[in-house]
Amino acid sequence: MLHIDVNGKRHDVDDGRTVAGLLTDLGLDGRLVVVELNRQIVRRNELAQVTLEDGDRIEIVHFVGGG
Amino acid sequence: MTQSIEVESRTHLDDPLVIGGRTFRSRLILGTGKYGSHLETVQAVRASGAEMVTVAVRRVDLDATHEESLLHHLDPREFFLLPNTAGCYSAEEAIRYARLGREAGLSDWVKLEVIGDEETLLPDVEALLVATRTLVAEGFTVLPYTNDDLITALKLEDAGAAAVMPLASPIGSGQGLLNALNVRLLKSRLSVPVVVDAGVGTASDACVTMEQGVDGILMNTALAASDRPVLMARAMRLAVEAGRAAYLAGRMPKREWAIPSSPTAGMLD
Repeated sequence: MLHIDVNGKRHDVDDGRTVAGLLTDLGLDGRLVVVELNRQIVRRNELAQVTLEDGDRIEIVHFVGGG
Repeated sequence: MTQSIEVESRTHLDDPLVIGGRTFRSRLILGTGKYGSHLETVQAVRASGAEMVTVAVRRVDLDATHEESLLHHLDPREFFLLPNTAGCYSAEEAIRYARLGREAGLSDWVKLEVIGDEETLLPDVEALLVATRTLVAEGFTVLPYTNDDLITALKLEDAGAAAVMPLASPIGSGQGLLNALNVRLLKSRLSVPVVVDAGVGTASDACVTMEQGVDGILMNTALAASDRPVLMARAMRLAVEAGRAAYLAGRMPKREWAIPSSPTAGMLD
């Protein structure tokens, strides 16, 4: 089990989980969000290749209404 | 038949707005914040005739993952979405948000905001210039929100901004155009489009702003905070068109004294 941080909250995931797997766990559509891993953007075509590690800090953002 | 004649005469009356090589028929750009619902947002955008709308980049609320994405309502094939860096207080932070917005894959455009003060939301123009240079170098089409200072505007243009967006008055204040002189000065000296961003409160503000000869207006709160946003959207569409047409038509000179509109000759004895 890995302890990571997702959008400022602690989150536990299984060893070997990828970023794409995390999005699936969270019920998110990878086409509608953008992911930062330790302040580096994870390109959309790399979501399924990048494996999470203990202590990783993830930010998942999307578009909301704004001026 | 009637419609085609109208469309033809309009295209002869005015050129479209061109920013960064992209053409817009509407000179009104809408923000999408603070509406009552996604549905109201879309209805207001449609009623306004705007083709370009701004959006913000924020954390997904993981406690509400069934919340529908704004993109389900604002179809990127129908509207051109312009990600902003609202709420950023440093060049680094704004650059980070701009990169996240671009990664969404819709375009490499950004409405660049670097705020310098929480109370007034006035821009930190020093940081704005730094962020503009960096993002232009990274291939972004940068539309910076700035104050109405000519020197800053010229520096932003020199830094490669695709348009310069001076405020009419502080964001969300609804004070209207406070310094028409400065905005006209910017317009007369810049080659890139000048889009007034922020401060418009009601239709007359939008009309007066367009009468200064600027290329467009970006607004949000004037609609979202009105009692009937969709109706205000229509009012703004008409006001922007009216102000633009009045500018192109060229207003009559002001006089101190009356001049009769009817002939003075031919009166009865």
